[in-house]
Order: sequence, then structure tokens, then C-alpha cells
Amino acid sequence: MQRPSTPHALAHARPARRQLIRRHGLTVRITHWLNVLCLSFLLMSGLQIFNAHPRLYWGKYGADADQAWIAIGSKQQGEAARGFFEIGPLRVETTGVLGISDENGTATARAFPAWITVPSYHDLGAGRRWHFFFAWLLVLNGLVYLVHGFWRRHFRRDLLPSRDQLAPRHLWQEIRDHARLRFAQGDAARRYNALQKLSYLAVVFGLLPMMVLTGLTMSPGLDAAFPFLADLFGGRASARSLHFISASLLVLFVAVHVAMVMASGLWNNLRSMLSGSYAITHDGEKT
Amino acid sequence: MSAPHLSRRRLLLGLASSAGALALAGCDGLAQNAHVDDVLRQTEKLTLRGQRLLLGRQALAQEFSEADLSPVFRANGTQMPDSEDYARLLEGGFANWRLQIDGLVQRPQRLSLAELRRFASRTQITRHDCVEGWSAIGQWQGVPLGRVLDAAGLKPGARYVVFHCADELERTLDGSGRYYESIDLVDAYHPQTILAYGMNGKDLPVAHGAPLRLRVERQLGYKQAKYLMRIEVVDAYSGLWGGKGGFWEDRGYEWYAGI
Repeated sequence: MQRPSTPHALAHARPARRQLIRRHGLTVRITHWLNVLCLSFLLMSGLQIFNAHPRLYWGKYGADADQAWIAIGSKQQGEAARGFFEIGPLRVETTGVLGISDENGTATARAFPAWITVPSYHDLGAGRRWHFFFAWLLVLNGLVYLVHGFWRRHFRRDLLPSRDQLAPRHLWQEIRDHARLRFAQGDAARRYNALQKLSYLAVVFGLLPMMVLTGLTMSPGLDAAFPFLADLFGGRASARSLHFISASLLVLFVAVHVAMVMASGLWNNLRSMLSGSYAITHDGEKT
Repeated sequence: MSAPHLSRRRLLLGLASSAGALALAGCDGLAQNAHVDDVLRQTEKLTLRGQRLLLGRQALAQEFSEADLSPVFRANGTQMPDSEDYARLLEGGFANWRLQIDGLVQRPQRLSLAELRRFASRTQITRHDCVEGWSAIGQWQGVPLGRVLDAAGLKPGARYVVFHCADELERTLDGSGRYYESIDLVDAYHPQTILAYGMNGKDLPVAHGAPLRLRVERQLGYKQAKYLMRIEVVDAYSGLWGGKGGFWEDRGYEWYAGI
């Protein structure tokens, strides 16, 4: 298998030259797109499941009579029903999106709207089937990715920030560059920048394992097999809250990830994740 | 170089937009497609086998202390069966109520509450996890189902234990809205699987299934059948009502509710 940094063509010092390098190996590309598929369905079926009880609690238990820290719902106000989103003491009216939204032309009481749930109509049983199917696929896919990443040294070589990248001055420079949408060119584009590496590591070793573990903690069967799971997250109701928070952070990551992909060259990035080839441009002076 | 490049872009764009359109329009179609549903349902078997492998027969659900009890234990499903028969039983303080045990058993039984209380009892504080996502912690007292089954003696071929309830959760002409549930013998003989007549130190309240309900602590709330009237031991549950082994199972939920 070719290393991502292996150039396709030999480098000769020529001004303003476009060079294709091998960026992503086959395993990374396949697991990446399977992940896209899984996370999309997991999010949408997860929101279907959430809709069955759109309240979140902290602790070992939580039901309607207990204090929720997040609640989505609706209240009748005269003729019309109003949707709301509550977080702590804060209450925002969200009619049309959260609490009350359009389903086949009728305003329906539902936490998340039809266009973002699988299935679109209320069906907890079906939502659960989609969720668990893709949860299994996500876990198997993730195991392949992890084994490959350690075995082929993908994590160490491509994702572990180097010493120079972690220098505060360098990190600060990267943050400023990102804010101005200035991206590395030439040889500097051969490797991921430190912010990229850190966020990928946080997702691979933080958020995704957190998603899986908090998800498993909600299973009464697995709680019996691994009693420390519920304790680890402060109880099942807390695990459900953390599952929701981790999912929200993943959505945030994907939003920034896709925005950065577009800002730093949509076609080049997309091609590198499909065929593996990534173009870097050397401008004459820097070579 | 630029011509194939452009067409590749167009191809990518086409692929991406058609995938998007498919995802938006197709999800409900896929969800309602019987073949897709069959594939998705295979997950249940994977989950059951995986969990059984990890759980073994004896692994116990977490038990809690009295300090952990939910201040209010949400009552769900039927909270008062509305049949005349049940009303009469309730009026008589369930003195005339009998638990019928039949099917593939050597000695069919008709047990009164007093007789059930004569079995050695088990008290446990456990968490009830509803399929919807809420949970509540309560204390349950009752007789381990395994003891009652042993008293009746299982016949060869016995594989599932079916619980027939007094409540109709859905009004139907043919009675198919009557609540029922089923578990296999692994769960039936699990030490925490009890027929509970007490809750939080008192007699089981009507809203929670008086006079007797099932507790299968390693599974979700809809398995915890309330208002038990009859326990039937069978070799298969496919011949009962919708054939899926339970009221909610007949309406699309998984038979194995360990997740």
C-alpha cells in the first residue's frame, strides 16, 4: 500500500507546478464513507428515538416527574399550539421547528421535525431498527479503521501532531490562518495541520467511543454484563444526556469539517477521499 | 487533462446530488420496504446472540439502594384495566384472583395470592428502562418465576413462557388488543426474574399491575407485563395473536428487548 506522502511524480524544481500525491489509503477511504452513511442514519434515527421522550436528565433515573435539563415540547395557547425548547431555566419558542412542526401539511406535536428523522413519521420501533443496524455497522467499521490505523501506523504517522506543530506560537498561527481561511500550500500541505490532527484525534478517540459507550449504557442487557458502564457516566439518565451531547458535538464537527473541506478546495479534497490523489501546488518561489 | 477532469466533477456532483435526493425521498420508502425491514430485523438476532454471549445466564441487573428510589415511579400503559371481571377482582381485594399456569407443564396450577406469598420471596431495587428513553428506580418484591415453574414442572419441548394479562391496551373486536408478553427459559430462570406482588414496600398498586406483574430486569419496560392472569408454557409463540410474542412485538417492536 502506498504511503500518503509518496509522490506520484518525481519532484523537479519548476515554478508553479501541480503535483498529485497519494493522500488517503483505500481502508481510510472506505471506512470514511461508510462512517458518513452510518452517522447520517444514526443521527436521523436517533432523533426519531429522542422524539419518543424529548426530555434529558442527569442521574441514575429520569422520567416526567423528575427535573429535566433539556426539554422540547408544545403547549396549547388559545387556538394554536406553540413549540418550545427549554435548557435549564432558559425557554425559547421554536414553533415550526422544535415542538410543533409540519408533517404532511398539518402542524404536529413532535420534538424534532419530520425532515430530519428516519422514518419521517412517528415510528419508534422502526427508528430503533435503523439505529441499531447502523450502530452495529459503525462499530464494525470503526474496529476495522482502528486496527488498520494502529497496524499501518496511520495514527502515528498522519494524525499524531509533531513537536513543532504543538508549539504555542505555531498553534496560534494556525488558528489565525484558519480564521482567515488561509490554508497550507506546497510541501506544507503534505501533512495535516495541527488543528486538523487534534480534531480528528478528538473525534476518533473521544467522541465516537463516547457515542458507542453511552449508547451501550442505555441497554439494560449490557448494563447487567458491564455494571461499571452506568457508574462511569453517572447513571443511565446521564448516559442518555451525554449521548445527546456527544451527538451534538459530532454534528458540530461535521459542519466545521465540511465547511473546511469546501473552503480549502472542495474538488481536491473530495477526490483525495475518493481516489486517494491530492493535488498540491508549488509556487515557484517556495520550491 | 481538463476535459476528463470536468466530466469527473460532473459525475461527482451528479452522484452527490442523487445520493442526497435518494436519502431525502427514499428513507420512508426504504423504511416501509419489507425486504429492507427484514435485513434491519436481522440486527435483533445479532444483538440477542451478542448480549447472551456477554451476559451468560446469571449476570445480574444492577441493584440500587433505597436512597436511589424514584420519588415518583411513572405508571405507563394501562393504569386501570376497564373490564368488569377485573373490577370485580379488585373490589374483592383479589381474594378471588387466581394465577393459572398451564401449557407444557406436568401439573397445571391455579395459585392464589396467598399461595404465591408462601413461596420464598425476593426483594430487589432495580431500574425500569422504558423503550421511550425514560427510566425509574423502584423496589419489587415477589416470587422468582423459576420456583413457580418448577412447582408446575416443565414438560419436554417447553421453550417460552407466555404471560396473558387482564388489560386491553387497544380496544378490538377480536381481543387482539389484549396485553401479553413472552420470554425464553434463560430469562424465565434468571434469579431476578420475579412475579412481583409488592412495590416500594406496599402491595403492588393498580397503576403498576395489581395484583401481580412480571419483572425481567435485563430487558426494557414493555416486557414487564402487568395484571397477570395466566402463564402459559409453549414451544413456540407464533400461534398467539400477531405471532411475534407480545403486544408491542405485534406492533413492530423487537421481541428481544435487552437494548
